[in-house]
Amino acid sequence: MASVLEIDGGNAPRDAEFGDYFELLKPRVMSLVIFTALVGLVVAPVPVHPMIALASIICIAVGAGASGALNMWWDADIDVKMARTRNRPIPSGRITPGEALAVGVGLSLLSVPMLGLFANWLSAAILAFTIFFYAVIYSMWLKRSTPQNIVIGGAAGAFPPMLGWAVATGGVSIEPILMFAIIFLWTPPHFWALALYRNGDYERAAVPMMPVVAGPQATRRQIFVYALALLAVAIAPAFTSIGGVVYLVIAGALSLWFLRLAVIVGFRAEATAEADGHRAEKRLFKFSILWLFLIFCALALEAALKSAGLSQSLPWLIS
Amino acid sequence: MIGREEHDLHRRRRGRNLALGAVLLAFVALLFGVTIAKLGANAVKPEMSWSQSE
Repeated sequence: MASVLEIDGGNAPRDAEFGDYFELLKPRVMSLVIFTALVGLVVAPVPVHPMIALASIICIAVGAGASGALNMWWDADIDVKMARTRNRPIPSGRITPGEALAVGVGLSLLSVPMLGLFANWLSAAILAFTIFFYAVIYSMWLKRSTPQNIVIGGAAGAFPPMLGWAVATGGVSIEPILMFAIIFLWTPPHFWALALYRNGDYERAAVPMMPVVAGPQATRRQIFVYALALLAVAIAPAFTSIGGVVYLVIAGALSLWFLRLAVIVGFRAEATAEADGHRAEKRLFKFSILWLFLIFCALALEAALKSAGLSQSLPWLIS
Repeated sequence: MIGREEHDLHRRRRGRNLALGAVLLAFVALLFGVTIAKLGANAVKPEMSWSQSE
């Protein structure tokens, strides 16, 4: 009997490998989620048993992965039109949309109650809301309907440090809200820097990204405004219980450099950018990733120094 | 040619099954670890145990 492979000349969708399913979970996004959630957990004033911490971080990572799979399921039709996403498991035919939906729903239903049992039900509720926010509010609703898509959608990526904090303390206070605000305000300049030189991709897919709808000049101004707000919010944790002099110096220096790059991108003409192959935009995009990583490293460093008695909170605390 | 394709198919399926098995084992180990950690916490602070509070 002729097999599918024989009829199709070997070009039929191949049986998926485990790695294809793993790719559905957006491992790069997941690594950022793990890192920021871990920092939220270690800077919290309540110590957590390492086993509970490990189990909780795994639940948060799996929940984030589940929302990634749901996003890929919903966006398969536009992913196939963009160079950046064309090779994802569904558009490349390695995984069927139905399988992706099953993985997304299954892992969501597993990760949320498990986090509730391992840690507490507040963190489980925040995780459930995060998955709902990313899959439904962002992917299904905002992404294709408003140029503010990533501004509001950025909230989904901003919850992990709050989740880590909630795992440790069972509550939410000013510190996790500021960590949330850092990622929330970081997302627009980060993505718009990319969108400025990937404009064609989003146009083809009819995704109303800011440069497509409002034009590059308006996007550049907005990048600058968000970078300015980000500078203030990034420094603010220095004046809370998780901050100190070390964090203030590191966050201040990094954020001023971020602002400098945002000023270059924000106030130059599109023709200049096209002439040099969007060098400044690419530099801002790359630095923004490093910036976020180093800011959270600085928070973790401050916590480590405090526990070793080598640093202390500033005298002017926001509480 | 067909035989080689089928062989690849089987190899991929075996790899997928082994990886899934490893994930399930890791999940069992995680549940065991968390159980021990939670029991340990109650052994240190028996007044926090649910059985004591009833």
